[in-house]
Amino acid sequence: MTKSFAQSTAETRPFWEGCVIGELRYQACAQCGQVQLIPHSTCANCFGKELIWKRASGRGRVLSHTTVHRAPTRAWQEKVPYVIALVALDEGFRLMVNVKDGTQVSIDQVVQIGFTEVGGQAMPQAEVPC
Amino acid sequence: MTMNAYITGAYDTAVGEVPGSSCMSLHAEAAVGAVADAGLTLTEIDGVLCAYSLVSPHLMLGSVFCEYMGIHPAFCSATQAGGASACVMIMQAAALVASGQCNHVLVVTGDNRLTGLSRDGAVAALVDVGHAQFERPFGMSVPAAYALVAQRYQHEFGVTPEQLAAIAVEQRRHAGRHPKAQKREPITVADVLASKLIATPLRLLDCCLVSDGGAAVVVSSRTAAADTRGRAVEVMGAGQGHTHEHIVAAPSLTDFGCKISSARAFARAGVTTADIDVAMIYDSFTITLLVELESIGFFERGEAGPAAERGELGLGGSLPCNTHGGLLSYAHSGAAGGMFHVVEAMHQLRGTAAARQVEGARLAFVHGDGGILSAHCSLVLGT
Repeated sequence: MTKSFAQSTAETRPFWEGCVIGELRYQACAQCGQVQLIPHSTCANCFGKELIWKRASGRGRVLSHTTVHRAPTRAWQEKVPYVIALVALDEGFRLMVNVKDGTQVSIDQVVQIGFTEVGGQAMPQAEVPC
Repeated sequence: MTMNAYITGAYDTAVGEVPGSSCMSLHAEAAVGAVADAGLTLTEIDGVLCAYSLVSPHLMLGSVFCEYMGIHPAFCSATQAGGASACVMIMQAAALVASGQCNHVLVVTGDNRLTGLSRDGAVAALVDVGHAQFERPFGMSVPAAYALVAQRYQHEFGVTPEQLAAIAVEQRRHAGRHPKAQKREPITVADVLASKLIATPLRLLDCCLVSDGGAAVVVSSRTAAADTRGRAVEVMGAGQGHTHEHIVAAPSLTDFGCKISSARAFARAGVTTADIDVAMIYDSFTITLLVELESIGFFERGEAGPAAERGELGLGGSLPCNTHGGLLSYAHSGAAGGMFHVVEAMHQLRGTAAARQVEGARLAFVHGDGGILSAHCSLVLGT
């Protein structure tokens, strides 16, 4: 059993291509400027169809976090306990990420999104700035 | 005000581990039971609403059910709104009978999650609720997503693990009075706090059961209700609220669609929280019930936990809640989990809840939520 890796789609491909080169990307609407929480093909505010990809600072704040002791699948069970954090990025978008091994996070803590390779795929992860 | 719709029959099957059961056999037993309870025959049912199945998933579960039963209704459809499905389908059934499109709509749910999937299998199958690219690749489970809500809620409103545990203890106390409940042996706050960690801060006894079981109701028009046998219960109000599907895209981690769904249902029924005699509120996790009690307005922010510790959610408390034991202790078999709440509300309003009876219960509030506090539907039922 393998982990469910992210299979990109037309509307998310720039995000995952950015991860490969260490660049965190997000979408904003060309019409109303609304930052999309997660990538879309249509603006979730004005329904505009032109969404522009931008480069994010990678800086964000922990909205919440949990340490998983009982994983949903066998592959993840080998990794317990692991931490999942919900991060509000400074630009206004969101990420759910794992936290860099050995790092503790708390609510409202500032984190920096970095990248790590998991099974051949570049994945964003939360790191605590030095 | 009125919805011009009545629940005229209700039934739930044995729950827990039901050897030899299947998704459709549970649907069939529940359907026959509810129709018989209404004093009708299946041929008088002219509308059918089904939900979904994890054990026997199908694109057209409504059609599968009608074929299985050999019935040919004038309206048939299947709904997928997770734990909100039962309430959503009753709201839909009410619209079908009120508009004159149907006389009697059968709303039927069931799945054999425990024997068909096992607890591990059910947890794995439910991961599909998560976003394929932005949640599941990070090991999210449904308990982990609710744990994110619990952690934030604790941070903002000072909810303690003991308060969450008190909710689990009260649900178990309720289940102890129901002869059919899956888990009846009493538990203590210490038991909850000593149970296995699932995803911090949630422990095993903060999480709902995995069960086999089915449940159904018949919703009839005002005119058609006169032809039924049992005591009809009026659907006085209904409302929905939708804010997100994925927790990564939720506008808030402390405010959810139950606020607007319940406000709509109360307004339609012309009542307020203070008028409610008994509440059946979705309790997939202890935090689910706590958040909904506060969001809906039964308690102020930060007050539901202390209220649970004082026994306010118990029989004889200010708001007897989930008197069958809920998803935490009665049973949870998918869409039927939410329907068990409706069946218990029927028992309370018909005065057939035996040892669990809330004295003089006239007005019940029922609430279901699907996903990660994503899709909400509230009902006000009364006699």
